[in-house]
Amino acid sequence: MANDNKQTKQNNNREAGGLTAAERYKIPPQDMPEQAPEQRARNFEEVATGFTEEQARKEALRCLGCKNAPCVKGCPVRIRIKDFIAEIAQGNYKKSLEIIKENSLLPAVCGRVCPQENQCQEQCTVGIKFKDIAKSVSIGRLERFVADLDVDDKDTPKVGAPTDRKVAIIGSGPGGIVAAADTRRAGHDVTIFEAFHKPGGVMVYGIPEFRLPKSIVQKEIDTLTRMGVKIVPNFVVGKTSTIEQLLKEDGFDAVYIGVGAGLPKFMNIEGESFVGVYSANEYLTRANLMRAYKFGAGADTPIARSKKAAVIGGGNVAMDAARMAVRLGAEKVYLIYRRTEKEMPARVEEVHHAKQEGVEFHLLQNPKRIIGDENCRVKAIECLRYKLGEPDASGRQRPVAIAGSEFQIEVDCVIVAVGNIPNPLIQQTSPELKFNEEGCIIVDEKGRTSMEAVYAGGDIVTGAATVIQAMGQGRTAAQSINEYLQQKTKIRS
Amino acid sequence: MAHKIISKSQLSEDVFTADVEAGHIVRAAKAGQFVIISVNNEFGERIPLTIAGVNPQNGTIKIIWQRVGKTTAHLADLKGGDSIAAIVGPLGRPTHIENFGAVVCVGGGIGAAPLLPIAKALKEAGNKITVILGARSKSILILEDEFRKISDEIIITTDDGSYGRKGFVSEALAEVCRRTPKPNQAFVIGPAIMMKVCCEVTKEFAVPTQVSLNTIMVDGTGMCGGCRIEYDGKPKFVCVDGPEFDGHKVNFDLMMKRLAAYKEMEKTSYEQYKKHVCKIYRRRTGDG
Ligand SMILES: Cc1cc2nc3c(=O)[nH]c(=O)nc-3n(C[C@H](O)[C@H](O)[C@H](O)COP(=O)(O)OP(=O)(O)OC[C@H]3O[C@@H](n4cnc5c(N)ncnc54)[C@H](O)[C@@H]3O)c2cc1C
Ligand code: SF4
Ligand code: FES
Repeated sequence: MANDNKQTKQNNNREAGGLTAAERYKIPPQDMPEQAPEQRARNFEEVATGFTEEQARKEALRCLGCKNAPCVKGCPVRIRIKDFIAEIAQGNYKKSLEIIKENSLLPAVCGRVCPQENQCQEQCTVGIKFKDIAKSVSIGRLERFVADLDVDDKDTPKVGAPTDRKVAIIGSGPGGIVAAADTRRAGHDVTIFEAFHKPGGVMVYGIPEFRLPKSIVQKEIDTLTRMGVKIVPNFVVGKTSTIEQLLKEDGFDAVYIGVGAGLPKFMNIEGESFVGVYSANEYLTRANLMRAYKFGAGADTPIARSKKAAVIGGGNVAMDAARMAVRLGAEKVYLIYRRTEKEMPARVEEVHHAKQEGVEFHLLQNPKRIIGDENCRVKAIECLRYKLGEPDASGRQRPVAIAGSEFQIEVDCVIVAVGNIPNPLIQQTSPELKFNEEGCIIVDEKGRTSMEAVYAGGDIVTGAATVIQAMGQGRTAAQSINEYLQQKTKIRS
Repeated sequence: MAHKIISKSQLSEDVFTADVEAGHIVRAAKAGQFVIISVNNEFGERIPLTIAGVNPQNGTIKIIWQRVGKTTAHLADLKGGDSIAAIVGPLGRPTHIENFGAVVCVGGGIGAAPLLPIAKALKEAGNKITVILGARSKSILILEDEFRKISDEIIITTDDGSYGRKGFVSEALAEVCRRTPKPNQAFVIGPAIMMKVCCEVTKEFAVPTQVSLNTIMVDGTGMCGGCRIEYDGKPKFVCVDGPEFDGHKVNFDLMMKRLAAYKEMEKTSYEQYKKHVCKIYRRRTGDG
């Protein structure tokens, strides 16, 4: 056994430049090149510009190639991490990307938006050795590096012989995209139905350009189109057509539901309907999808150009909204969160970026009411101070309001980012489908719902979660659909 | 998926109607529902318009709009054969139709358009229909003939007295409510201020009143909350919970403020569009 270990180590050493673990530990973590905060706060271009080749190879050399690869256990889709990194170390970028793509179809997206510090990088031996997650191998940045080298690639994945079976994919988020690609590869006739006029889901309407350029998502959509997947925009399932109609009247043999968790939660406090109060969904959709940042310079959709904005929440959505407000010209942006920074669900990098860009963090505070002027326009927000109490069901300490601690902050815009829940549209129109109390569709481990031929995945199943998780579930469901349709074909013939 | 305009005409100075290809919407569309339209997929805004009629044979829907800003002006400049970039729908809940008995339908200005399919459905359900149509002036009154065909009684009011009675629809409505027996149900659609005043009238007479609200919208599916109103003290989303509500519970004052949220910006956008169109026109005619 000991011998075995030695053998692997030597192998790795030979492959990846012959370094010992001690030597690898000495290589400093590579910093991500970024636009300077003061510069990027005034544009909408991507903040992080990506590793140079030299940086990527250096960073790749930091990986120890651990035999048990703990990082992989942290990866929701089990990418062979040390193998793809080893290929980067050797300059075999194409091979590296192939390894990633065995498990993940959207590496350019995931490399940018995955919460690596809670997934692969949390488990990384290097980070653990230094007792600092920030010193873990930058797996996400390496993933992005190889994915970005592939930008001009127009390869179309192979599509199987036509099966004469029709699959409907509802929603074009990450789960839907993967489910469409995987069922199409099996030769089925695949159509994506999307409520918005543009496909891509949250990656297009929610996550801003400065974090995830829309061209990256578009590239994946273009690949689907080249594979022969049909995309029908402006089609709201539950309104334009029900799931039953798709199956019974429109000739679809199977359906994947990937409609996400699109309904914004409000706080139900006084003044929440005043002019200048937005859900983060509305604010971001106006800015991203409708391009309101170009209002007056081509785009028709307006958005409040506020001087002082308050954003409520501590997740990625809140960070995106706050940083968008900065870019739309707000002089002050306050991020109000009722717990401490440690409990924030946002990616560490986004928190860091938001601070760099001047977003002011107001922690252990929460709004009590919103105050308006005589025209019902927001003029201030009244908050209460909080302290942390006993841990709640999620294990996080429950914030407790301090009585009598009210104070006001002068603002002209409030953006509410306290969570998104599933939209009840499908539930209201598909009585056969089973939902849980949170309004999420109930599925088994294969992505099967309570209705025959109907599968689901992503945020509509888990509640608001992550891109990678939606992608993984889209893949699982697609596999089940492919098996189901094969079975069905056998029975029929 | 662009949608071809099959025919288009002008109903009054600023009001237009068109039959537009929307095969995917025809199957499900019911009275009271609406669509969201965009004239440009990249940079256009999304605006809600009521489905004013459906033609299942041709796979078209009828829309009626008033030229008030950039997008409605752009729509007005399109011709038969041109296309609309995006039409989503049918959205919102259909009108609850039943035989109430005697129903009074009040349409103010462009509100006559969404009112027509509702009045038709009410008539088909066996109701006795009194229609009150109002406009600022005779030249901008729309759909009078269509309403005459389906109503048992019709009252027309104009603000300037150029046609019908001089006055507001709310005054005629009060008169109808004062009769015995009073109407069993009212439907009121028009500008927010007109719905507000009419609801005050019907409340006084305890006549249940449905209004159809036309708030600012983005998606029309419940995902943004931009369309929210205060209803009975609680927030409601017009696009999914409405567009019809019990008018006696709607906070119209707040709704009007929200409708005006982007007034200045909308004006800028419209001015820019007018300038732009002028320029194209001059270029085409070689004038300047
Ligand atoms: C602002 C924001 C920032 C985020 N940042 C991150 C991040 O950094 N990292 C991360 O991992 N995750 C992030 N998330 C979460 C992540 O985006 C989601 O978990 C993920 O996109 C869910 O994917 P999905 O496949 O469920 O579909 P979604 O991306 O939710 O897309 C669903 C699609 O279905 C469409 N749809 C909805 N209803 C219907 C219907 N009835 N008929 C037809 N189409 C319909 C919608 O228009 C949408 O396009 C973020 C979310 C938001 C809102
Ligand atoms: S845990 Fe870290 S060092 Fe070990 S294989 Fe994974 S990335 Fe490399
Ligand atoms: S228009 Fe977005 S929720 Fe109603």
